[in-house]
Amino acid sequence: MADTTIIHSPAEFVPEDEHHGVAHHTSTGLSNNKLAMWLFLGSECLLFGGLISTYMLYRGRTEGGPTPEEIFDIPFTSVSSFVLLMSSLTMVLAVANAKRGDIRRTRLWLVTTALLGATFVGGQVYEFTAFYREGLGFTTSLFGSSFYTLTGFHGMHVTVGIIMLLSLTFITQRGRITGDRAEVVEIVGLYWHFVDIVWIVIFTLVYLIPA
Amino acid sequence: MTTAVEHEATPAPGDEHTHGAHTTHSDAFYVKIALVLAALTALEVSTYYVDFGSLFLPVLFALMVIKFFMVVWFFMHLRDDAKLFGRLFWAGLFLAIAVYVGALATFQFFLK
Amino acid sequence: MAIIEQPPRQLELAPAGVVGPSQALGAYARPLRATGWRAWLFTVDHKKIGLMYGFTAFFFFIVGGVEALLIRLQLAQPNGNVLSADLYNQMFTMHATTMVFLFVMPMAAAFANYFVPLQIGARDVAFPRINAFGFWCFLFGGLFLYISPFTGGMADGGWFMYAPNSGPVFSPTNGIDFWVIALLITGIASLTSSINLITTVLNMRAPGMSLMKMPIFTWMVTVVQFLLLFAVPVITVALVLLNFQRLFDATFFDVEAGADPLLWQHLFWIFGHPEVYILILPSFGIVSEVLPVFSRKPLFGYPFVVFSGAAIGFMGWGVWAHHMFASGLGPISVAVFAATTMFIAVPTGVKIINWLATMWGGNLRFTAAMHFAVGLVVLFTIGGLSGVTHAIAPSDTQQTDTYYIVAHFHYVLFGGAVFGLFAGFFYWWPKMFGRLLNEAWGKVCFWVMVVGVNLTFGPMHIVGLQGQPRRMYLYPDDLGFSAWNLVETIGSFILAFGVLIFLVIAVMSFRGPRNAPLDPWDARSYEWMTTSPPKEHNFDAIPAVHSIDEFFHRKYEEDETTGELRKVATAEEILAEQEASADRHIHLPSPSYWPIVVAFGLPVIGLGLIYNFIVAGVGALITLVGLYGWTQEPSAHDPEDEDPSAGPSKELATVG
Repeated sequence: MADTTIIHSPAEFVPEDEHHGVAHHTSTGLSNNKLAMWLFLGSECLLFGGLISTYMLYRGRTEGGPTPEEIFDIPFTSVSSFVLLMSSLTMVLAVANAKRGDIRRTRLWLVTTALLGATFVGGQVYEFTAFYREGLGFTTSLFGSSFYTLTGFHGMHVTVGIIMLLSLTFITQRGRITGDRAEVVEIVGLYWHFVDIVWIVIFTLVYLIPA
Repeated sequence: MTTAVEHEATPAPGDEHTHGAHTTHSDAFYVKIALVLAALTALEVSTYYVDFGSLFLPVLFALMVIKFFMVVWFFMHLRDDAKLFGRLFWAGLFLAIAVYVGALATFQFFLK
Repeated sequence: MAIIEQPPRQLELAPAGVVGPSQALGAYARPLRATGWRAWLFTVDHKKIGLMYGFTAFFFFIVGGVEALLIRLQLAQPNGNVLSADLYNQMFTMHATTMVFLFVMPMAAAFANYFVPLQIGARDVAFPRINAFGFWCFLFGGLFLYISPFTGGMADGGWFMYAPNSGPVFSPTNGIDFWVIALLITGIASLTSSINLITTVLNMRAPGMSLMKMPIFTWMVTVVQFLLLFAVPVITVALVLLNFQRLFDATFFDVEAGADPLLWQHLFWIFGHPEVYILILPSFGIVSEVLPVFSRKPLFGYPFVVFSGAAIGFMGWGVWAHHMFASGLGPISVAVFAATTMFIAVPTGVKIINWLATMWGGNLRFTAAMHFAVGLVVLFTIGGLSGVTHAIAPSDTQQTDTYYIVAHFHYVLFGGAVFGLFAGFFYWWPKMFGRLLNEAWGKVCFWVMVVGVNLTFGPMHIVGLQGQPRRMYLYPDDLGFSAWNLVETIGSFILAFGVLIFLVIAVMSFRGPRNAPLDPWDARSYEWMTTSPPKEHNFDAIPAVHSIDEFFHRKYEEDETTGELRKVATAEEILAEQEASADRHIHLPSPSYWPIVVAFGLPVIGLGLIYNFIVAGVGALITLVGLYGWTQEPSAHDPEDEDPSAGPSKELATVG
């Protein structure tokens, strides 16, 4: 094997076809990273499904604490939901611009998405503290426990998404996103949209449909 | 909104061989989708104020499902992307629905 | 597969041999030339990771086995006094948890990690660092679980951890907290590995290897990964709810607060039933490899074996509540799940038929591996038959929570899953280590274990139907259980002796030279087209695939007139041909510090959640710093690998 050189290279050695900037020469022709993200999102359906089912089972068990009707502020949450929904739009615009190679606009839309997401999370925090003050604590009732667990997990996912968006913004600042590396933006976008569609379900099932 | 362009986006150099989403939509397209989603959300919220009677649950469910699929189809590019991605995601989604609806059914949840 | 054609000038950074990117990029100093124990600590090589999974899993096998022997010692006589009731509860909980989560699953992962890339012609998995991360999560999760004996008591609620018995009121020590967090950590390992292996199998196959030409072990492993992908989140929810109840006083399973204990059971068993298929399918895959080789016949009905595996995976989601027949579900639910449970016997039956048909008319060679494979077919069938009796809900009402159930699942788990793993040891040992396990002693080991399994678990059918309950540390002396229990205990020690024999065989195998033949079994599948052990990069050149059992078809040709098989090439010749056309430049992933660092933070977070939130913060910091370092480590999208003829862009120029 005298003529073979073994090169130890970047650890995620997704094999590259040098005629494309695209990092795949895969059996399906699809990117490893994107495939991995879709698989992950498929599994997340089962995670949130479990939390939502727990909530649906326990929503009516309020044990003397506040009930959903008493405590929810639908107008406020509607605005929050609208903000998160719009953040999906800004995310998709970030991806579109990344594909065009327009780094400046990509960063603009990434930051906007992060800000909208942060607004949503801020709204959640405000909402939770208001609920707590009005008598719905984590351990007050089964409704309380399941509500906070479900929305808390969702909020955590949004926060992780915001961190990814901001990290991505800084990376683009260092000039490492080009044409097909827009895929990284796209993959973060997939995660972000997923977090949004989970909220679409939560908003309807938890807030709009009374127990 | 600075990117309300009407023409198809021109690919950047090195972008010719983008795998996956072979259709690039204009930004205006996504804005239109977002406006539809916003309208649907408004309709959803209106169920809080307006009495829909027996249509209440079906309307809310329908709206939820439509919004869900619109984001997945258009924003997550599943319409234009490789079928495998969709299959993997729908597999997880439908498995989750089947299994959790089944579990809730054993609690007579749907007999209310 | 991982061929990256580089213009030569980019390679002249070091003498021919190993070249590192840090010289080019001046980036973080990676452990590029780590040797000795560091090579293992920072490896991302799937083979090393597979071996680490294997040795760690075997260690836990022994731990779980000792726990089992203690249980059997307690039950050897009526009114035993070896273990107190409390210790007994801990023992059966930890025995099951250890065997399921720290032995069988990781041992299957060991084979999967080692052989799936080799079977599909890849040089590693899709995400090597995540692969390493998964192993360290498993190891740290397992060790974390075993902190609990030193902190006031181990988990004692049974491996199924039914609430509210597992809540803080009935289980006040921290044992269950350790259990919950350990499973969350090992769950992360399973989930990330599943994403990794599915991506690998879908995306990194050799040219010409369609999915229906893949070796059957890889197919079964792929089904398992899908099961893990969708089942681990469900138990995650259950574990989180229990965790919040125990640590933060949530009332999810608090009946006084209006909770429903069945919620736990549903969430657990929606995971738990797919879990048992996760446990058995890899062994089914191994047996499906071994039987054809030692029958000198191709696997009968390959598509049926594939589809029945997928069917088991799919249908396995519809049967979970058969673990809850006696929990008060109501007749409709029970009837539905009884029906679905009866149906799921069908695809397994298909497999048994295919295995038998493979052997039928074959030129059988009864090597040690073949012994274990046939053993699985027989013993799993016995266990499957008792399983079918459980499906009939009325009879299950008598059987449930008795030793009849214990008999069933030990036949399918030990006689099934474990025997399959042992077949894998004997079959693949020469490939992994260049040495053979002693065949004669291997057969002795097999027979000792067969006697042990049947003596230990056979009588459990009888005493179970006679009414001996599970999870009871005592039984009285006037119910007629005593004699069989003594037999079972003796059987368990015979079984342990069999495992000991294996350990001795294994250790002895390393005492000789690495002189196993390249193809000792005249094997059929792709992974045998490597050296023994395989080179670090697996294949000098990735052989193209034209059929199932590609390796076999390169060795043998069918004579057109007589239809007889004629050997046209030896394994050595096939390997030499590959070496002669070796790829000139082969890229391999680099070792990395970050996977072990990120994994290490997780048990620290766990300790902090139990004892002190500041410690949790420290753990979170370790993990976050590790993640940051990981993302900063040059990824595949490295400018060094870009084809410079694509033209410089201003973005590339800024990377130093």
